Amino acid sequence: MNRRTLFSRMAFSVGAALLGAAFALPLIWFVFAPFNAQADLDLAMPKPPTLTNFARVFANRAAVGALLNSLLQAFGTVLLVATTATLAAYALARTALRGKRVIEYVLLLFSSVVSGSAAMVPIFLIVNALGLIDTQVAVILVFTGGLLPTAMFILRDFIASIPRGYEESALVAGASPWRAFVDVVVPVLRPGVTIAAVWAFVQVWGGFLIPFVLLRSEQRMPASVEIYSFYSQAGTPIVPLLAAYSVLYSLPVIALYWYVNRKYGFRFFGGIKS
Amino acid sequence: MPATHHTRSLQRASTVRRCLCALAAWCFGIALAANASAAQVELSIACRCVEGGVNGAEARWLKQYVIPEYVAAARAQGRDVAVRLREFAGSAEQMSQQLALDFATAQGADLAEFDGFQIPGFVDAGLLKPLAETAGPEADAWEGWSHIPDSAQALVRFRGKRYGVPEQTDVRMIFYRRDLFRRAGLDADHWQPRSWGDLLDAARKLKALDPKSFPLQINAGVAMGEATTMQGYLMLLAGTGEELRDDTGRWIVSSANILGVLDFYKTVYRDEQLGEARTQRLVSGRNRSFTDFQRGKSAILIESNWFYYTAIDPQGDFPIADRDAVVGWAKMPARAPGGGVRAQDFVSVSGGNSFVLNPHSKHPREAWSLLAFMNSAPALRNYQEYNEHLCVRDDVLPPRSQFLRDSGRELLPLTTIRPIDADYEKVSAEIQRMTESVIAGKLTPRAAMGEYAAAVKQIVGTDRTIAFDLRGAAP
Amino acid sequence: MISQRGANVSSRTGIAFMTPAGLLIGLFVVFPFFWIIAVSFTNRSLLGVNALHPQFVGLKNYLDLFDPATFWSQGGFGPSLWLTIQFVVFSALLGQVLLGLVLAWISRELSPRAKSLLQGIVMLAWILPDVVVGFAWFAYLDRDAGTLNQLLHGLNFPAADFLIEHPFLTICLFNAWRGAAFSMMLFDAALQSIPPSYLETADVAGASSWQKFRDIVLPLIRGHIVTDLILITMWTFNVFTPFLLTAGGPSFETDILPIYTYRIAFKSFEFGNGAAIGVIVMLINLAFSLFYLRLAQRGLRAKGKGT
Repeated sequence: MNRRTLFSRMAFSVGAALLGAAFALPLIWFVFAPFNAQADLDLAMPKPPTLTNFARVFANRAAVGALLNSLLQAFGTVLLVATTATLAAYALARTALRGKRVIEYVLLLFSSVVSGSAAMVPIFLIVNALGLIDTQVAVILVFTGGLLPTAMFILRDFIASIPRGYEESALVAGASPWRAFVDVVVPVLRPGVTIAAVWAFVQVWGGFLIPFVLLRSEQRMPASVEIYSFYSQAGTPIVPLLAAYSVLYSLPVIALYWYVNRKYGFRFFGGIKS
Repeated sequence: MPATHHTRSLQRASTVRRCLCALAAWCFGIALAANASAAQVELSIACRCVEGGVNGAEARWLKQYVIPEYVAAARAQGRDVAVRLREFAGSAEQMSQQLALDFATAQGADLAEFDGFQIPGFVDAGLLKPLAETAGPEADAWEGWSHIPDSAQALVRFRGKRYGVPEQTDVRMIFYRRDLFRRAGLDADHWQPRSWGDLLDAARKLKALDPKSFPLQINAGVAMGEATTMQGYLMLLAGTGEELRDDTGRWIVSSANILGVLDFYKTVYRDEQLGEARTQRLVSGRNRSFTDFQRGKSAILIESNWFYYTAIDPQGDFPIADRDAVVGWAKMPARAPGGGVRAQDFVSVSGGNSFVLNPHSKHPREAWSLLAFMNSAPALRNYQEYNEHLCVRDDVLPPRSQFLRDSGRELLPLTTIRPIDADYEKVSAEIQRMTESVIAGKLTPRAAMGEYAAAVKQIVGTDRTIAFDLRGAAP
Repeated sequence: MISQRGANVSSRTGIAFMTPAGLLIGLFVVFPFFWIIAVSFTNRSLLGVNALHPQFVGLKNYLDLFDPATFWSQGGFGPSLWLTIQFVVFSALLGQVLLGLVLAWISRELSPRAKSLLQGIVMLAWILPDVVVGFAWFAYLDRDAGTLNQLLHGLNFPAADFLIEHPFLTICLFNAWRGAAFSMMLFDAALQSIPPSYLETADVAGASSWQKFRDIVLPLIRGHIVTDLILITMWTFNVFTPFLLTAGGPSFETDILPIYTYRIAFKSFEFGNGAAIGVIVMLINLAFSLFYLRLAQRGLRAKGKGT
């Protein structure tokens, strides 16, 4: 290796490290503050490190229950989004429908308009007509509807990359379209479904407006709503508790990412190209 | 390969199924818990309060005193009642969104906490009915009305009808730090400015003492939100003798008095740097203004009495240990003596919260009886034990705080309230925008008022506005 | 191949497969969408007299937005629209998309361990919930005690009040930080799908890194770039998270459209206004998307001529 390449390798490594540091810096605070009973906005080593913040958070039963509610809503939505989006995106990709790409794109645009506060009125009225106000089912269904167009949009590139021959041979061998889908298409699509699923999970996990508009009972509210109970009488954040709860609130998404990344890796294509 | 894949997917499917079963069982458990009570009459109360969080004292009072006492009293009379508190930690706007959607679909809590100025919007939308219509004639015959002064009843009155029961009120005033005043050679014990000039002079003396300091904070700008309108703009405007609307209800969009208020802001935040505009413009600015006062970085703060008995309470979020010795308060003067509203020398602004009855309540009479119980003198006296405050009832005085008693007695007779008008909130947002332009130095007071006029005309319609002659106003 | 297109799924099966998604999208996307379109021509609100008796007002909501008397005023629609377009260009296109591409390109050269560390950190910024991230940045940027200022202080730089002095730059950096992960993931996957032999051939021919990127990689991942641009642009037009940092201030310097809409329409539940803004944003998104597609096609054509 000559000196020039050595130098450029070093510059490259330093650059990459700096970039990583720039991304990590804003979150460093969360490493210390949750364990500091007197945590404030400054970055301070807790003296001594303590778990009292967590103990106080766990004493708030509504806030702990809210984490379970978030899990229920997120997993429910992800299952529903993953299955319905895969089925629909696949069927759409494999039909002779003209302008199907346009349809997918138009639905995507629609969903972006419907994400705001204005759409909450018609959605509330529909959910009310269905008799589902203050139910987790309503939250899951509404989230799913809103996330589906984007999930399908993400999935279409993956489906396009599956050689048609795969299912054809299954169909020729006498499998039903459903079996061909489950046995042939789904395994190949898994990386794409994984991306869409993690994306959907993250959306639900942070989503405030939908559960807030559709739910009423405190025991059904997710963490995104319940986190506001760590604001004081004066409406100011109770920093140590908020820091501790933020960590608890973040752990499931981090764990999910870690698990999925380890198990499947984040890849958009299954390495199969027609 | 296909075989192993198959077994693995089977295993995975069974794991998923197990998870789903657990989740379903858990949901079912919650549903059971929620329907555990089976009383004949079930009532619910919605408040913007959470035990241990926002308005935590109120939540505790409702849960520990009001609900058990009421249920016991009803039982003694042979009625089987269950009451549930629906705690809510979000913002006031979010709360009113939930309530509006609920009331529009004939659902929601039987009693809901309201800020007075929300009432017109709900009434015009057909979401709220007069108290007497929902609860029957006993609502107007309630003993409590004779103990609530008319000025407080105005908080829940719209077009001559009552829509709720007011509970708490507040007053606004000047807080000052005696230690800093003493150092600046000002009267530290009985300071009472008689005009805006006096107020500015005190700030100038404090500034001279430490040219880098920002002694005066009077709220302005968008980030402060409603605190700008109530603690800042309306306090100043009332001191010019003008209100937001004229006697016939037209919104005043242009006047020498509005210019006077904006000029005051300009003097404080731009020309003389008596106040720190930066604090006003930060998202967390209000807290920062509290911290600055708490740490003696500012010496004069115009705030609600709440600031004294909650924020800087020795047990509060911004504690000042020897608060009673260090912090004094003064009445807000008119621009010049006798120049305030109703030709007053001093002015104040009040808000307040109240509870309304859901017009779709399944048990309106029982709900009214709960509301009346909540607002009875014994119940509200008990509330004072949780959180000492200014109660609207004249027979429920703050039990201990001399400050609350004094400020209530002095300021309640002088005070003004915000217009009970469905457009108020939108106009208030424009006020915040107008003051922001001035304190940021983006626009002159005149130009800022011009933008305000255009925006308010768009909101309420030009025919509901009036512009006064500006001759005689400073250029 | 072309003759077989669409032969794989019978229309009955296709309909059966599409029904669940179609139902949910119809109920919770399409119906609300048309409700919004309809409402944008009325003065409907949640509260006030217009909630009970909404009136058809024609194009009034749209015309009000472009009313010359208020359009360019402080905190008006005009400055907000212009600011949002800059926000999209800087934080989304230059920020997220380009940064994502750079990150993906860099990770190729890293050891697997370093790669997963770098990508994990970048992903963290993307997967954490809004409130947590907002709070983290709030603590990060605090003038008196924030991590960033402590760091600057350590390096002998003066403390800065980023949210007051450079609010727009701050929310641009924030948004780039927050969203770069998605583009990184997408491009990472796309780069992995390029057969290594292509690049090895170029290496043999002595191509520089940039030449390789421009002549080999770019044409191959064009489709992904367009998908990414469309999604990122749309998301950025709708992003509300900067509100947690600046609430649109100071003095409307970060008053991007979602914040503007919230401030003038949704805070007082004026759905007519809010819906009109939503429709305008949708049209802008459409224009951006068509522009991306045109760009990609032109690139395709230019390349076709070249070879």
